[in-house]
Amino acid sequence: MITTLEELEEIANKKQCENNECREELRVCIGSSCLSLGAKEIEKDLKKSVKDRGIEHRCRVKGVGCNGLCAAGVLVSHYDNESGEEVLYEKITEEDTDKLAKAVESQKPLEEHRSDMSRGFFAKQKKIVLENAGYIDPDDIEDYIAHGGYRALFTTLNDATPMEVISQIKQSGLRGRGGGGYPTGLKWETVAKVDAEKKYIVCNGDEGDPGAFMDRAIMEADPHRVIEGMALAGYACGAAKGYIYVRAEYPTAVEKLNKAIKQANRLGILGNKIADSGFDFELEVRLGGGAFVCGEATALVTSIEGNRGNPRQKPPHLSDHGLWGEPTVLNNVETFANIVPILNNGAQWYRGFGTEKSPGTKVFALTGHIENTGLVEVPMGMKLSELIYDIGGGVSEGRNLKAIQTGGPSGGCIPADMLDLEVDYDSLKKVGSMMGSGGVIVTDDSSNMVEVARFFMEFCKSESCGKCVPCRVGTTEMTDILDKFINKEATKEDFELLKEMCEVVKESSLCGLGQTAPNPVLSTIKYFEEEYIKGIKDD
Amino acid sequence: MIKQKVRVKTFQINGIDVTGRSDSTILEVAKEHDIHIPTLCYLEGLSCVGACRICLVEIKGSNKLIPACTGKIKEGMEVFTDTDRLHKHRKMILSMIFAERTHTCSVCVSNGHCELQDMSVELGMEHSQVPYLTNRFDIDASHERFVNDPNRCILCTRCVRVCDEVEGAHAWDLVDRGLDTRVIHDMDDPWVESESCTSCGKCVQVCPTGALSEKGVSATEMVKKKSLIVNLLEMRNRER
Repeated sequence: MITTLEELEEIANKKQCENNECREELRVCIGSSCLSLGAKEIEKDLKKSVKDRGIEHRCRVKGVGCNGLCAAGVLVSHYDNESGEEVLYEKITEEDTDKLAKAVESQKPLEEHRSDMSRGFFAKQKKIVLENAGYIDPDDIEDYIAHGGYRALFTTLNDATPMEVISQIKQSGLRGRGGGGYPTGLKWETVAKVDAEKKYIVCNGDEGDPGAFMDRAIMEADPHRVIEGMALAGYACGAAKGYIYVRAEYPTAVEKLNKAIKQANRLGILGNKIADSGFDFELEVRLGGGAFVCGEATALVTSIEGNRGNPRQKPPHLSDHGLWGEPTVLNNVETFANIVPILNNGAQWYRGFGTEKSPGTKVFALTGHIENTGLVEVPMGMKLSELIYDIGGGVSEGRNLKAIQTGGPSGGCIPADMLDLEVDYDSLKKVGSMMGSGGVIVTDDSSNMVEVARFFMEFCKSESCGKCVPCRVGTTEMTDILDKFINKEATKEDFELLKEMCEVVKESSLCGLGQTAPNPVLSTIKYFEEEYIKGIKDD
Repeated sequence: MIKQKVRVKTFQINGIDVTGRSDSTILEVAKEHDIHIPTLCYLEGLSCVGACRICLVEIKGSNKLIPACTGKIKEGMEVFTDTDRLHKHRKMILSMIFAERTHTCSVCVSNGHCELQDMSVELGMEHSQVPYLTNRFDIDASHERFVNDPNRCILCTRCVRVCDEVEGAHAWDLVDRGLDTRVIHDMDDPWVESESCTSCGKCVQVCPTGALSEKGVSATEMVKKKSLIVNLLEMRNRER
């Protein structure tokens, strides 16, 4: 059990010494993407090869969280602790492990697998949320502490009042990274000011947008960062209990979080009287059963309560009537991961990144027809062209860009001629899309935009909970109408009906799922109307 | 939940000055002042879920439509219950309900006594604006006194709520999602095998359509006792 900052530093120093015993490190990416390519076996083989060559005292092999360049997995980074030099190897398979160990032994880099780290993908990113991803061992709390972990929590508990924490978060301008962009500090303040015996902190890890995997990577790579952020939220708002709601389809994230909570409990970083301060905070992981709608705030808390995960009409908002009827703060994984760096470096530092109204960075998952599929973190306000071309490496197979879809089934498509758009909450909303949780799907000129719209509509149809009529029936009807356009059997009346249904479903649905379900259709009608016209049969 | 003192608030519905207790909903205050707002999933005496979206109203200064059954009143708010926009939305939503399953009035036990049918008359809906989906489900006629025909169900969940909130049995609940959602007994057991059902029949009386009916009635014969729940709750409160 540790109760003081000094004891925390002691653990950090001890771990750092231990880390420095080995001059070099081979860091194998064990994020879900690399894991599916056999990263676990590669890690095991590398350990064996390093041992066989007798260089284990010099080079340690460890598994780390997502490095970001998922398209080139499995990624192994060779890091020199003394010089700080790093060589990244891509597309490593089980056959390459011995060659890699040999390269480490002979100090001659394995050129054919070497990744060019000076290119835009690496150079243009700014890692705040993901600063530890790819460096620390997510299974080891001491490694997190050695990298400065839990200092923010201990210093805050010793030196700052809850209102000072909230004031820092408010000044930082941090906005909810789940997609809506609601000011985090304001949300916390609302709950902090409410008089209630019990309050709750809930973390939304039910990331369900097609093509989004930011939160998964954060939970897998740096679970303690999320835990620390939640504990700080608990202190700021006066809550003693928190829940992390993670979808069951993320078994690795669940495993890492549970392990991390256990380790934190054992060290007394979670539990009663944390840092000898009188602040108690308990944390529990709850699993989602595979319903997209459970990412909606009211459905999520209903699901934690053990009920069918149906949303309910707001207001009352969660800050007033949340989990078990008590005031509740619900934030997304990435939002909680932003708390520690803000408190460590100050609000002004944080405002140095991003734009005036959307400070900080945003993690994006680049997928679709793009060269560098993967996870990137960039300052808000970056131009779409930089994101797609400089970082993303452009459209794959040398084809032309047609549109960029952001915000998942709630978002919209942005046409290629709007590449100068600066990506933040407000600008995306203005053009009919939204930030969403951060999925960016790139489509090339071979794609039919009506089919893209239909894909998302069908997704909403199968994920509609069935509670309210417009979403339950409307999404099915609209999917059917879109089918007519794809089969070139639509009529002019169908087009009118489609537009009318978009309006009704958007304005009359109960929760965010239904209210935003028409967005992909509306934005493709706005920018690619000719493709709909082509789907109308001649009279 | 924060407990607040109940006070009286003054506001306007359709330009008429009204007052209501601060904990009441727009619908409650409208009823008190004889202002009619169409409703379907709402039933006096049960909790409000805002599922059917028929009772949506407009509030000045907000682009959002709010269901009157769950929307709490606010001092000085201006509510509109009868605008062209609302008419358009209600008609489309009602069309969707009709299109979803099989609502063939002429052969229905509730023909002439059906709230869905009444609503189509009230809103002047002569035909469905959207194509029929006619999703099909099996009928459960296993119970000796009652029949459940999901093809006529509009998923208002009155049966679920009355069973849980008034009878206290919670025999009904929902299964599956989206268009496949159904009300079921226990673990989707046939009605007769339900261990939690008390066969009280309240669900049948509150069902707005012919989805739940008594056995032995034929077309047009199923007349429901709509005031049952309010009377029951009143008697209970009196005993206390």
